[in-house]
Amino acid sequence: MLEVDGLSVSYGGVSALDGVSLRIPDNGITAVLGPNGAGKSTLIRAIAGLVRPRAGRVLYGGRLLTGMSPEAIVRAGISMVPEGGGIIRELTVEENLRLAHLWRRDRADLRKALDEVMALFPPLAARRHLPANSLSGGERQMLAVGRALMSRADLLLLDEPSLGLAPKLVSLIMRTVHDLRAQRGLSVLLVEQNARSALSIADEALLLSSGRTVASRRAGELAHEEELWHAYLGY
Amino acid sequence: MNYFFVLTLTGVAAGMIYAALALALVLVWRATRVVNFAQGAMAMATTYVALAVIQATGNYWFGFVAALAAGMIMGAVAERGIVRWVENGPPLNAVILTLGLLLILEAVVPMIWGAQIRSFPAPFSIAALEVGTAFIPLSPFNIFTIGVVLLVMVALLVLFRFTGLGLSMRAAAFAPEIARLLGVRVGRLLTFGWGLATVAGALAGLLVAPTLLLYPNNMDAILVYGFTAAVLGGLDSPIGALVCGLSMGLALSFIGGYLGPDLETAGALVILIAILMVRPQGLFVHSAERRV
Repeated sequence: MLEVDGLSVSYGGVSALDGVSLRIPDNGITAVLGPNGAGKSTLIRAIAGLVRPRAGRVLYGGRLLTGMSPEAIVRAGISMVPEGGGIIRELTVEENLRLAHLWRRDRADLRKALDEVMALFPPLAARRHLPANSLSGGERQMLAVGRALMSRADLLLLDEPSLGLAPKLVSLIMRTVHDLRAQRGLSVLLVEQNARSALSIADEALLLSSGRTVASRRAGELAHEEELWHAYLGY
Repeated sequence: MNYFFVLTLTGVAAGMIYAALALALVLVWRATRVVNFAQGAMAMATTYVALAVIQATGNYWFGFVAALAAGMIMGAVAERGIVRWVENGPPLNAVILTLGLLLILEAVVPMIWGAQIRSFPAPFSIAALEVGTAFIPLSPFNIFTIGVVLLVMVALLVLFRFTGLGLSMRAAAFAPEIARLLGVRVGRLLTFGWGLATVAGALAGLLVAPTLLLYPNNMDAILVYGFTAAVLGGLDSPIGALVCGLSMGLALSFIGGYLGPDLETAGALVILIAILMVRPQGLFVHSAERRV
């Protein structure tokens, strides 16, 4: 269970996130929606340890994560996929994947984890030894998600995984996230601008605007609140 | 003996030393995007450590190991104690700090060991080899120099290409934030990178001292040549450091031999300017966005 309590973040005195709270139960998917600049990415970056919150705290499985470094938070079982995937273009596909497993220092399991990711995303297997910058947009997102799985995290933080992808690929990524939850018991925090596809797989949803929580509902309910959509998402 | 052949061999031996220092600069650049102008002075200081240990123990190899160990420690301390504090500031801050470190080292070392010029032992003869009646202008120590720099090069290549540590170091250099999200302890790797670089620098110091002697600014010229080689190689490429270090050695040997030894330093600058005009990103960098 991930618990975020009253998290506030400022960048140089400008508030980006103001008292946001959320819960993700084990094996749950929570979607965080909102327009550009709503604080969605800031929320995910604060949970991953990339930015220090001004106030509030983050607990995972009862353990306080606030103040921990990103590399320590990975070791606590949380893996983040940054916006755009964050693949390291200078490394090969396989090196990108191996990198995420190195801290476990377990060679036998490394091979197993690599095979699992290759089986999950066959296009990656075909490009295994090519530089990651030779991948297409969809393949990069597969590599990013696959890489997050390499660390054997049980909570994935996904920052706009559908950004810039064709609709067909968006539904592939959403289906993959949905299946991963079912098959591996993962929990997912899904930050999205593409509200419709995020709500289709999420249990809970949070709507942010200007750094504050505007609505927090069951995903199915939010999907039907059209006036909220119009007001905050513009469609 | 053909004069050209003589100049070539001398150039290779000198070039290997420039390559070692260029390698040190490249390793620091890869880790922290800082040009360490104190690299030569750090190598000078570790060579004084070697001399002290050699005099105390009477064994060259104890001094050799002590210099490399001192390099690892000095590099790590410089990164953690000095460079770390300005890593988020403007890049020039770190460069100025390394210049400050250069001045401090060149002032503190003579306070400890004196400023007089010292001779430094070589583990092998520095006299030219004699084959039959002919002299080959290459000493056993030159051969040792070439061998040990090549060995370090291969070891680094293996480290970067084939080990998890090397993969982490590359990732930390290319994308530090992403690397941290993947569990790489980037901070420690930067410290280790500086340590490793200063070991390579310490090696250059040990290899220079038997022929150029040891005094508090004996590495200044080597730093200029090594820096030129590193920039020519694109600052990011260890192979580039080796090839360009060797090329510098050869070019300077030919300039000194055919045009006069006074022109060596000027020659290095002319080469630097000429190549940067044609290929500003360096010779061994592929992608345009990694311009220096």
